[in-house]
Amino acid sequence: MHCWIMAASPISSSGPRVARTMLGQVVLPGEELLLPDSAGPGTEGSAEQTLRLGAVVRPRTRVVCGPGLRRCGDRLLVTKCGRLRHKEPSGGGSGGGGVYWVDSQQKRYVPVKGDHVIGIVTAKSGDLFKVDVGGSEPASLSYLAFEGATKRNRPNVQVGDLIYGQFVVANKDMEPEMVCIDSNGRANGMGVIGQDGLLFKVTLGLIRKLLAPDCEIIQEIGKLYPLEIVFGMNGRIWVKARTIQQTLILANVLEACEHMTTEQRKQIFSRLSES
Amino acid sequence: MKETPLSNCERRFLLRAIEEKKRLDGRQTYDYRNIKISFGTDYGCCIVELGKTRVLGQVSCELVSPKLNRATEGILFFNLELSQMAAPAFEPGRQSDLLVKLNRLLERCLRNSKCIDTESLCVVAGEKVWQIRVDLHLLNHDGNIIDAASIAAIVALCHFRRPDVSVQGDEITLYALEERDPVPLSIHHMPICISFAFFQQGTYLLVDPNEREERVMDGLLVIAMNKHREICTIQSSGGIMLLQDQVLRCSKIAGVKVAEITELILKALENDKRVRKEGGKFGFAESIANQRITAFKMEKAPVDTSDVEEKAEEIIAEADPPSEAVSKPVLWTPGTAQIGEGIESSWGDLEEEEEEEEGGSDEVTILDSVKMETEDPSAGNHISDDAPIVLSDSEEDEIIILEPGENPKKTRMQANSKPEKVSSKKAVRKKKKKKPAN
Repeated sequence: MHCWIMAASPISSSGPRVARTMLGQVVLPGEELLLPDSAGPGTEGSAEQTLRLGAVVRPRTRVVCGPGLRRCGDRLLVTKCGRLRHKEPSGGGSGGGGVYWVDSQQKRYVPVKGDHVIGIVTAKSGDLFKVDVGGSEPASLSYLAFEGATKRNRPNVQVGDLIYGQFVVANKDMEPEMVCIDSNGRANGMGVIGQDGLLFKVTLGLIRKLLAPDCEIIQEIGKLYPLEIVFGMNGRIWVKARTIQQTLILANVLEACEHMTTEQRKQIFSRLSES
Repeated sequence: MKETPLSNCERRFLLRAIEEKKRLDGRQTYDYRNIKISFGTDYGCCIVELGKTRVLGQVSCELVSPKLNRATEGILFFNLELSQMAAPAFEPGRQSDLLVKLNRLLERCLRNSKCIDTESLCVVAGEKVWQIRVDLHLLNHDGNIIDAASIAAIVALCHFRRPDVSVQGDEITLYALEERDPVPLSIHHMPICISFAFFQQGTYLLVDPNEREERVMDGLLVIAMNKHREICTIQSSGGIMLLQDQVLRCSKIAGVKVAEITELILKALENDKRVRKEGGKFGFAESIANQRITAFKMEKAPVDTSDVEEKAEEIIAEADPPSEAVSKPVLWTPGTAQIGEGIESSWGDLEEEEEEEEGGSDEVTILDSVKMETEDPSAGNHISDDAPIVLSDSEEDEIIILEPGENPKKTRMQANSKPEKVSSKKAVRKKKKKKPAN
């Protein structure tokens, strides 16, 4: 009796699904998605007929695949488990375009081009530093990729130092490459992180939320103690306050933030600021 | 995969913090991390959590012939494994130095201290004895593996029950668990390992070092002791010189810690026994803490749901009339319906009796079909509820509630591969619904 319904339900069919109908839903690695041909879901019955990536080049729609999605030939595959998200292009709803990504909760970092990360120098070999960023293999960092570095004027970097840098090469087939300068050759905050302070790890989701433009936690923490803080997209946080005690408190509060509700957090912050 | 290196700044910070008598997690020098002991549904299975370090212990038994020189003694076997799941730096299938050291220490702590009466494991002298095997798996590594492993081993052994055996003449009868109650092992005492980490050549001492503290420590002293303050084994590694009174002080601390931990173990065993007797819920699934990621959850705003149905009706009324293709549900046979072009039903012989309904009633049909389909998962869930496997409460929350007009957002999840018109209509409704929530 339920035969027709079962056949048409998305769970039982393993074929590709339309990305737009999956927004906010859980996707699993290996699933295939289809991008909609046009924005209007009301246009004819042909809305089901969707554009495969690269199959037909549409001049105006630009689709960006964020973390958790990968282009594989003309197919769009999910590589992470999480919720599918979408952001309309900033230019306005031209339809079909925008950014798609998978919002996931994980700890293992996968290098992404353009991400700012904190790495630990593990080796010096010739003209390169090997930097551990928490990915599957260490990133390479040229000693020329520092502000003001020349062949003669080498940066002072020791094994075990912390580096705040940015990925310029990051894909699945090649060794990731970092730099500590922007396109103008300026450090722009990147480089070797000071010798004091504490490095600790949190989940990648927490980092993303902390780095969101209007994150309350950062504003509240800033009122607590004077501090220096660096967030790496690879889940590492470096923090330094005046005393060791304060640094420890900040590190523990940031770590605990993930599992606290807003009220709990507010309570703890107010208690901390009193003491 | 390589171990994550320890940066210079972490090392410096840790040492300076230790000098100031501070620890990363806010503990005092002699504090243990929280110990949590949970039991599986089977006897002899437990998980011990020491902070974030987690060890699974599993005891199994087997009837074997005894060793030639010990005809009347059962055999004890310990095996600790460090899987890659615990830390990516552990290599599978390789006997690393650390693993050998830990296994040896465990054997010395548990077998050589004769905490288990091996003679009681003898069934027929020289022919059949019980072999008790303790498998320990490190599930997560956050330092101090040996303490967690020794607790897990002794807890699993205390919890274990072996099948009852009777010997009549030459005949050995092994009773199944249902026939006769299984018998516990006879345990003389409970040795527990306590680790002390030394820093700055023995100037500073910490109890229960975590992973980062272990990395910067100079030496480690492990004392295995039971609650009668009998030292079962003692081992110092790292090559530091300890003074006599340092070791004595450590043994005193160990005595206190062992008493506390033994108390905790007995309480956990008692609890589990009571729950089993009462027939309550037990097993790992029950003991997993419900840790939600709440930090950035949107605060719940009160939503007025009193006139949801009227509103929904309004929206439906305002929406564009459904296109021709959709508005005529096809009734293939009594009980099966099709709207739009789905996959054809192969159910029953397809008689061509197309009954056309009025356009107005089509919404009802759609909702009906949605309801019909969502019934399936819920039915499945009910069956599994009756099954012996206990589902946690949280799973039940996710059952979709099947009120036709109530929550289009949820039903949409399953309706979305149906013809376009249905899902687009739902989408319209979803948007309107969401607004007040934000």
